[in-house]
Amino acid sequence: MKLLIGVAAAGALAWMTSGQDPVPLKLPSGFTATVVNEGVGKARHIVVDASGTIFVKLSKLEKGKGLAILRDTDKDGKAETVSYATGYAGTGIAIWKDWLYDSSDSSVYRYPLKNGAIDESKRETIVTGLTFQREHGSKSITLDDAGHLYVNFGAPSNACQERNRQLGSKGMEPCPILEWYGGIWQFDGAKKNQKQADGVRFATGIRNAVALDWNPASKQLYALQHGRDDLHRLYPSLYTDEQNAELPGEEFLLVKKGSDFGWPYCYYDWQTSKKVLAPEYGGDGGRKVGICEGKDLPLLSFPGHWAPNDLLFYTGNQFPARYKNGAFICFHGSWNRSPLQQRGYLVAFIPMGKDGKPSGKYEIFADNFAGGEIMSPGDAQARPVGLAQGADGALYISDSINGKIWKITSRK
Amino acid sequence: MKLIAAGFALLLGMGFFSPDNQTSFIPSGTAAADSGKQLYTTYCLSCHQASGKGVPSLNPPLAGSSWVTGDKQRLIRVVLNGLEGEDIDGETYNNVMPGHDFLTDQQLSEVLTYIRSSFGNKADAVTAAEVKAVRSAGK
Ligand code: HEC
Repeated sequence: MKLLIGVAAAGALAWMTSGQDPVPLKLPSGFTATVVNEGVGKARHIVVDASGTIFVKLSKLEKGKGLAILRDTDKDGKAETVSYATGYAGTGIAIWKDWLYDSSDSSVYRYPLKNGAIDESKRETIVTGLTFQREHGSKSITLDDAGHLYVNFGAPSNACQERNRQLGSKGMEPCPILEWYGGIWQFDGAKKNQKQADGVRFATGIRNAVALDWNPASKQLYALQHGRDDLHRLYPSLYTDEQNAELPGEEFLLVKKGSDFGWPYCYYDWQTSKKVLAPEYGGDGGRKVGICEGKDLPLLSFPGHWAPNDLLFYTGNQFPARYKNGAFICFHGSWNRSPLQQRGYLVAFIPMGKDGKPSGKYEIFADNFAGGEIMSPGDAQARPVGLAQGADGALYISDSINGKIWKITSRK
Repeated sequence: MKLIAAGFALLLGMGFFSPDNQTSFIPSGTAAADSGKQLYTTYCLSCHQASGKGVPSLNPPLAGSSWVTGDKQRLIRVVLNGLEGEDIDGETYNNVMPGHDFLTDQQLSEVLTYIRSSFGNKADAVTAAEVKAVRSAGK
């Protein structure tokens, strides 16, 4: 009995939950979640400026606008004052010096930013004329210290088959999609009206990097790949439902100039720690390596289909020291694990060493966004999609279903 | 008969099915609902989900969809040839619907009959002859 009570007490300590939320997040001990807004629209990525104003990019126009701007006017801890700006939906958003950058799925823009307000009349178009695509169309962005702009060009394809996602259709060799997609392009962050051809293909072989961020401590670019889908549906003789649910890994990547992570020819099997040939390209279910031998490996990998949608290197001082310069990763949650239970509706943390590499395993930082075990994404209460850090070192999380915004604080 | 149907279902599940093979595994006259469900599980479930409710913003629901319970010819064309970039009942979806022309007329009729009478949908059956007519018109 004593033992049982001990275990229960330890459990309560380990999982502090916030009081008022009907679906409270599970957080490590010492952290508190506050819902700063119940819903601003279909949220994507977010940023918080020095004044504490929260900018939320929306995937669907709300009142004809694509950017929600939230302020805590009465200083009660809730960001209850919401205004809307800009006329396009999208995913990417970033603050660099006195500029707010954001993206539609076919352009990147920037606006002068001062005291929580952008000047829409002084908008500059930085990258323009990108082909609009529905599949993997998010133009996530980040900037480095020198002001280079990095843009995700997700591949409008699952595995570069002749007929996308169709059973029995062969993989194209070489994959023509890689010329303009399936990688991260680098642009001059201050030059107007660049076309994709004016940028540099910085890294390739990445199916879709919705999550990417510059790490100011190691001064390098990192990203996470959304791994391919449907190994079982497309190759039922090579993969079971169970294997399909876990494979391939969702890869955490250190992206260097010229990196090639192997999509569509290869995928990462996190259970064997090997990059192996995809079945569309002669793979035999996970043993054959072939041309994947020379491809770049992930720093670390998560289980399949969790859908990493944002990455943030924590530079604040509010959280305990072990979080400093570590990586927070926001997972949108799976759909391709069916018929098994869905997973990955959570925010994970990876402690990072001075060498710019993980110094330990990943941990689940914030959980229970889905509100329990779910069989299908439509049953989730919330799906985490974006991360931001406030000037005070708090961590903000956005949700794609209603645009709920949480603020995570710690008492250290 | 039941045993044979189960055997075929097992074959499907184990992946002995070859897309080039145009002969139906399910002899006509067997429990079409069972094989329709099996076909749905094998070819459609990963995207449209076991509940038929789809995945928000990605794969549309088949439950309550006018595309499923409405015009049969349009329905047959979608599943035969696939679909991309189309608004479904006022919503946009970012994934693509692959074509399933590798399924036989009989198999397509069974899976379509299944989705028209499942997930709360109540519409009449699709026959192999109706699938055949659309398939040959498209050639
Ligand atoms: C790879 C994912 C995928 C698979 C597998 C798939 N679908 Fe779809 N399906 C979609 C998407 C995405 C759309 C919407 C396409 C668009 O918006 O243009 C769609 C649309 C449809 C529609 C019309 C819209 C609606 O919601 O009613 C029907 C009917 C349909 N699918 C039935 C099926 C059937 C039956 C199967 C199996 C034989 C199947 N699908 C397999 C992704 C898929």
